[in-house]
Amino acid sequence: MTSILLVSLMSLAIIKAAPLIYGALCGLMSERSGVVNIGIEGMMLTGAFMAFMGSALFSKWTGGVFNPNVSLVVGLLVGIISAALVAGLHAILSIHYKIDQVISGTVINLLAVGLTNYVANAYIDPTHLSGVGVFPVWKIPLLSKIPILGPIFFEHQPMIYLMFALVLFLQYAIFNTPWGLRLRSVGEYPQAADSVGINVIKTRYLNVILGGALAGLGGAIMVLESVGRFQKLMTSGRGFIALAVMIFGRWSPIGAFGAAILFGFSEALGVRLQFGDINHLYALVVVAALAVILTSIVWGINRLRNRSTKGKSPFLIGGIFTLGLTILYLANQVEFPKVSVPIEFLGLLPYVLTIIVLTGLVKRAVGPAAVGKPYEKQ
Amino acid sequence: MKNNKDPILSLHNITKSFGSVVANDSIYFDLYPQEIQVLLGENGAGKSTLMKILYGMYQADQGEILINQQKVVIQDPNDALRLGIGMVHQHFMLVPVMTVTENLMLGDEKTKGNAFGKLSKLDRETVRQEIIALGNKYGLQVNPDAVVEDLSVGEAQRVEILKVLYKGADILILDEPTAVLTPQETSELFEIMRSLIKQGKSIIFITHKLKEVLAVADRIAVLRNGKVVGHTTPAESSIEELALLMVGREVLLTATKGQSHPGKVVLNIKDLSIKSKSEVMVVKNFSLQLRAGEIYGIAGVQGNGQSELIEAITGLMQPHSGHIIILNKDVTHSSPRQITLVGTAHVPEDRQKHGLVLGFSVATNLVLQTYYLPPFSNGWVIYPEKVEENADEKIDEFDIRTPSRDALVSNLSGGNQQKVIIARELSRPINLLIINQPTRGLDVGSIEYIHKRIIEARDKGVAVLLVSAELDEILSLSDRIGVMYAGELVAEMDAKGANREQLGLYMTGSKKEKMLKENINQ
Ligand SMILES: Nc1ncnc2c1ncn2[C@@H]1O[C@H](COP(=O)(O)OP(=O)(O)OP(=O)(O)O)[C@@H](O)[C@H]1O
Ligand SMILES: [Mg+2]
Repeated sequence: MTSILLVSLMSLAIIKAAPLIYGALCGLMSERSGVVNIGIEGMMLTGAFMAFMGSALFSKWTGGVFNPNVSLVVGLLVGIISAALVAGLHAILSIHYKIDQVISGTVINLLAVGLTNYVANAYIDPTHLSGVGVFPVWKIPLLSKIPILGPIFFEHQPMIYLMFALVLFLQYAIFNTPWGLRLRSVGEYPQAADSVGINVIKTRYLNVILGGALAGLGGAIMVLESVGRFQKLMTSGRGFIALAVMIFGRWSPIGAFGAAILFGFSEALGVRLQFGDINHLYALVVVAALAVILTSIVWGINRLRNRSTKGKSPFLIGGIFTLGLTILYLANQVEFPKVSVPIEFLGLLPYVLTIIVLTGLVKRAVGPAAVGKPYEKQ
Repeated sequence: MKNNKDPILSLHNITKSFGSVVANDSIYFDLYPQEIQVLLGENGAGKSTLMKILYGMYQADQGEILINQQKVVIQDPNDALRLGIGMVHQHFMLVPVMTVTENLMLGDEKTKGNAFGKLSKLDRETVRQEIIALGNKYGLQVNPDAVVEDLSVGEAQRVEILKVLYKGADILILDEPTAVLTPQETSELFEIMRSLIKQGKSIIFITHKLKEVLAVADRIAVLRNGKVVGHTTPAESSIEELALLMVGREVLLTATKGQSHPGKVVLNIKDLSIKSKSEVMVVKNFSLQLRAGEIYGIAGVQGNGQSELIEAITGLMQPHSGHIIILNKDVTHSSPRQITLVGTAHVPEDRQKHGLVLGFSVATNLVLQTYYLPPFSNGWVIYPEKVEENADEKIDEFDIRTPSRDALVSNLSGGNQQKVIIARELSRPINLLIINQPTRGLDVGSIEYIHKRIIEARDKGVAVLLVSAELDEILSLSDRIGVMYAGELVAEMDAKGANREQLGLYMTGSKKEKMLKENINQ
């Protein structure tokens, strides 16, 4: 692959990863505080839907007096707030009423699908309500001129930059501020937090709802920076992949970022393959090789981090790493026959990669100890 | 010297009920500056409840709290901490995945500047220094950067005390801190407590171990059924009197038992080695023969492989190599149920985790091993009336104090939870009883009862394997004693010839019996 292709793939990977990252941030805020959240999908869908409704209706009602960007910002806020409200419902059900948190999350997902589909059928379609476009690309002066990195990181729409900022900020805040310390303590051992005067219930409510706002951003970005309008079921499982991303990233924002980029990359590749200028078989083999190499790298990192004999043996890690490299090398030597894989199959790629990576790597990931357990003051 | 001062803390007429249970019944209690006052009482007497009221975790139904003669209101732990009251809870209140520093900061975090409120940067470095300084001042050395889950129980206990001191407490409540400590760690704790007193602190100390009471107390208050039934001092009292005061009847403090009559070999362990989850060899070439009608006590400092050994025998863990044979049947790789079915009873170390289903009723917990067998079931459905009948019988026979057979087992006091397990395990026909820390955290009355039951089982021809961190327990119950150190059986002896000092030497690894191997394989 030429470097131009790689740069455009990486840039696209970030764009594709953004909703997943927002979703994963939602999940990790919620789970770090001890509340399982499988309702990310529903919260994102709500965010997407309300962002569209907010921007479209605002623009319609104000009759185009304002710059379209103003409508988009209004839509964004509406999306964030609505998703936060849905998260509030999840919080009430699972924290106050102590309903099984998986069931509460499922309820949220079903509710979001039902409601958005209904309004889309009953209102958006018949009235031909149209969107107000998308946020423009902001090229960051100077930074976007850096070769390779510039076009990958600094030629994006604003919500991508917001995503970068949030990842860095949350990574810092969760591990280095009183808020983060309390958040983690409540998810690990709420009795201990309670015994030093931390309000467990309040902390959980706050963080589940803040998480909902992040999921709202994840839904909104699909409307406001990509498609420009609402499509039924448009999140199409991204909320669940976000959950996987969160686990794969070990409940840390930076980890989630890395994991999401991986998924984003394979999704971008899937998109790119549909253009037809890359040999499909070649691409599949390369992706497989990348997955193998990545797995061995993560194993290696785990082993080094534990500084002990725990983990996979160095021979296994080395062997698998070499295997990956060999496949990669051979792939570039061999002339692949021209077969064209059906587009639907290429669409599977991100999910196949998800499965490979999850089964290969995530076994050892442990979440917050108290996740899923309602807090009872004894 | 203490009596000419005014109390630093007074509780007046404190009453607290949970439903129909009166946990505290108009209690009066005074604590004087620079004293260690021991709060003594049976399981369920209301000690923890009283202390939680003082620490703001519960609200009293009536009564008042005075600090330095001033009436105060304590709504939550924050209020208590502000008033200089700190509590070390019966169960650790440390977040396992966080460092010592983080645990001490939690709830009252120091930050670099305060510009961003709760989003300012944690000032770990200052707190680290403070922890080190505080540790030096009170003789409580801990590594501030250690992650709590990597600490030993004794170290974690030190962190708990340091946490209370760090938060500025002058009145320290220690709720059964010694229940899980080794004797060595316990005497270290007492050193620390004495040094705290010298530096102006006052301590309320809860324990069930009467020897400790006499060793460390300035004054003693005794609680029974939620009421204060007496005050005394170590000088005016003895272990027997304390037991009498506490339980309200005479208690036999050492078990009495007749001669043992060992029969055929019931449990035969051959060259057993076990790897822990982190791939460390925790039990090495362990061999043991246990006969019907004898009690074999395994002594040793906790964490020398005893827990893993028991888990392997009961099928909860797969050994690395070697064989476990129960009554000529190789059960090395059998499931826990198969092992149960050859007549093995297991009273596990962690009663709440492995012994009971806390969210189930007492009646259900009493049939956890047998619910699928007649008379409780025909294999398809369970007969509830049989389960209830059985519960009533056992509650009566084993004197389990519970509001009803349908009460959740989680609401019982520790001693009564243990009795539920003992009742369940001993009322089946069994050949082998494996019992780990049978009396941890229990009061003298319950200990007496449980010891009696163990000896009864032995006399009926059951082979008993007893693991305990309490040397007294090992010495008074066992017929033979083995000592585990670093995963090995380093000594084996007849209980008659054994004494504390000698066992202590083996337990700390300073002595090792060379001929052991031959003895066993004779
Ligand atoms: N949260 C609660 N709900 C209902 N009953 C309770 C609760 N907490 C305590 N009790 C009951 O109150 C009584 C006193 O319990 P408490 O824990 O104070 O006893 P304790 O003296 O600390 O016993 P131990 O020595 O076993 O720790 C017991 O009968 C117990 O079952
Ligand atoms: Mg207690």
